[in-house]
Amino acid sequence: MNAVKSFFHAMGTRFRELPRWAKVLLAVAAVVFVYLLPIINPPLITTTDSDFGAVLFLCALYSLVALGLNIVIGYAGLLDLGYIGFFAVGAFTVGVLGSSHAKLPLLLCIPIAMAATLISGVLLGAPTLRVRGDYLAIVTLGFGEIIRLILLNTDWLSGARGISDIPSPPSWAIFEIPHITWQGFTAFVDLENTTTFLEFGVTDSIPYYWLALTFVIIVLFLDWLMQNSRVGRAWEATREDEDAAELMGVPTFRFKLLAFATGAAIGGLSGALFASKQAFINPDNFTIIYSVLFVAMVVVGGQGNRWGVIVAATLLTWAPEKFRFLSDGRFLLFGVALMALAIFRPQGLLPPRRTVRARAAEESEIVEEGAVNV
Amino acid sequence: MSESTPAAERSEGPPRLEAVESVPDTSVDIRVEEIAELPPGKMLEVDDVTLRFGGVKALDGVSFHINTGEILGLIGPNGAGKTTCFNVMTGVYQPTSGAVRFMDEPLGKRNKFEITKLGIARTFQNIRLFHNMTALENVLVGADAHHSTGIFSALLRLPKHRAEEAEGMARAQELLKFMGLERRADELARNLPYGDQRRLEIARALATNPKLLCLDEPAAGFNPAEKARLMELIQTIRDQGYTVLLIEHDMKLVMGVTDRIVVLEFGKKIAEGLPADIRDNPAVVAAYLGVDESAS
Repeated sequence: MNAVKSFFHAMGTRFRELPRWAKVLLAVAAVVFVYLLPIINPPLITTTDSDFGAVLFLCALYSLVALGLNIVIGYAGLLDLGYIGFFAVGAFTVGVLGSSHAKLPLLLCIPIAMAATLISGVLLGAPTLRVRGDYLAIVTLGFGEIIRLILLNTDWLSGARGISDIPSPPSWAIFEIPHITWQGFTAFVDLENTTTFLEFGVTDSIPYYWLALTFVIIVLFLDWLMQNSRVGRAWEATREDEDAAELMGVPTFRFKLLAFATGAAIGGLSGALFASKQAFINPDNFTIIYSVLFVAMVVVGGQGNRWGVIVAATLLTWAPEKFRFLSDGRFLLFGVALMALAIFRPQGLLPPRRTVRARAAEESEIVEEGAVNV
Repeated sequence: MSESTPAAERSEGPPRLEAVESVPDTSVDIRVEEIAELPPGKMLEVDDVTLRFGGVKALDGVSFHINTGEILGLIGPNGAGKTTCFNVMTGVYQPTSGAVRFMDEPLGKRNKFEITKLGIARTFQNIRLFHNMTALENVLVGADAHHSTGIFSALLRLPKHRAEEAEGMARAQELLKFMGLERRADELARNLPYGDQRRLEIARALATNPKLLCLDEPAAGFNPAEKARLMELIQTIRDQGYTVLLIEHDMKLVMGVTDRIVVLEFGKKIAEGLPADIRDNPAVVAAYLGVDESAS
């Protein structure tokens, strides 16, 4: 594990030493590559037993979920075991407003869904955030189930029948992009098999993947802005020692509520995307097992590291699809992998590291010491 | 430094922190506007405060006051109620009866963070830093006490956010320098040596721009030389215009730095006065040493 760590450290150092234009170029290239993944279908990575575009859509969607939950668990330290509840509120808001009770366009439904989940986050948080730790976990666990049971038992929300014909985002068919197929390690351009830019249909998941990925990038940026401010510091201080934070002038309750509401809104956004992509939702899509999976993503990734939780969300979504041929054996492997992680790397795959400033200072100090020794 | 090369040291893991001793730079000017022109007289008044936990009276009719610009020592044997008194003053506990007035205003049912914003900051007897944040970030959290950037200014990077970040950063660096911690700025708080952690707590409290700085046994666990140095530092803090309330166990130490002393025993005030008077006060001597049998 140390070798891996020093490899990444060396890579990181090398990246930071590059001139600015090269960094930008590399970052842009990486982003373009990620966008084109379902077109390129890279061998070994691509999934053979299920549609690669659909798998990637789920990866991006769950990355979004993990980013939202990371604010709640990773930054503010609030163990939320009912996150699927917010996801469901987002999905059903889109379902109700876009299909079953009104025919609003999706682009209008999404902000409304986010507002609705934000409000539900505040409504849940205001009374419950006064309890701490395990108690909060139990309360949120209950919330997730309550939402599901309400959905299941309310006729106005279509009950167990679910909601169908959920609207897609508006499409503008501009051009076709041929996919690449591979025979062994030789690439062929497959002109028969194309994706239309940008047409959101039922058969092709790739445009949905692009949409979800775009949201991931936007949320990543907003996340960075929040974390590197008074807000982020207040969250971290609250997580570290709530009483001390309060005595240092942090209105902890207000900031916990803010974390809860922000996380909820991102959960609502992902729920809305999910509903739109699926076109059909019913309460069975929102069982407690997803809450657990979401928490697993944050914990496996390393609580508090936005890149870590994205890696974990992607890995935990992609791997079961990749190894679909193992059928139920996958879950055994999944369990073993989680146990191995808990034993060998309890802090997660990529635990949050010290600030960039910290590393810069460390390096400058080494230079200083070097100078003294020479 | 040993004969090992810096490169080899680096590969061993985190650099050995204890290698360099932190020296506070007391020439740094840490004054702020908020405390520049405070009216002389009573800054804080504890008025007949009683605090009961069930049948136990942790504080029993305690009254004393702190004058602007002084160092008041709050002493007493273990379990006398010194820290409880701190907790009442900073809003952790509500007094069962009696009141605490700060700048002539009763604290009432104010929240802890509101009291901090009013201008009372404290440190803790058992160190309670934000361990997984860097030293600088710890101090920044303190400085945020007088900031008001919310999520929207942060997301939009409004001028307010930028101004407050710059102000907080400048203040934090100034305080770290004052405490001799500027080399440690980017170390995680939990990796700091013990003494530095104690000083970092003081820096964090100072960052809130307190009118009254409450130090709860800041020298606990120090050897005599370290204690003496810390007391000098506390005097410098006072000389720069801060008012300090100091809890300390060690009578001798307190005698040297404080302007006045309040002595608690079993939740009651048993003496108050100048250090010289306290030293000779029979009730205090009895509380600390027991009654002198041979003299009676």
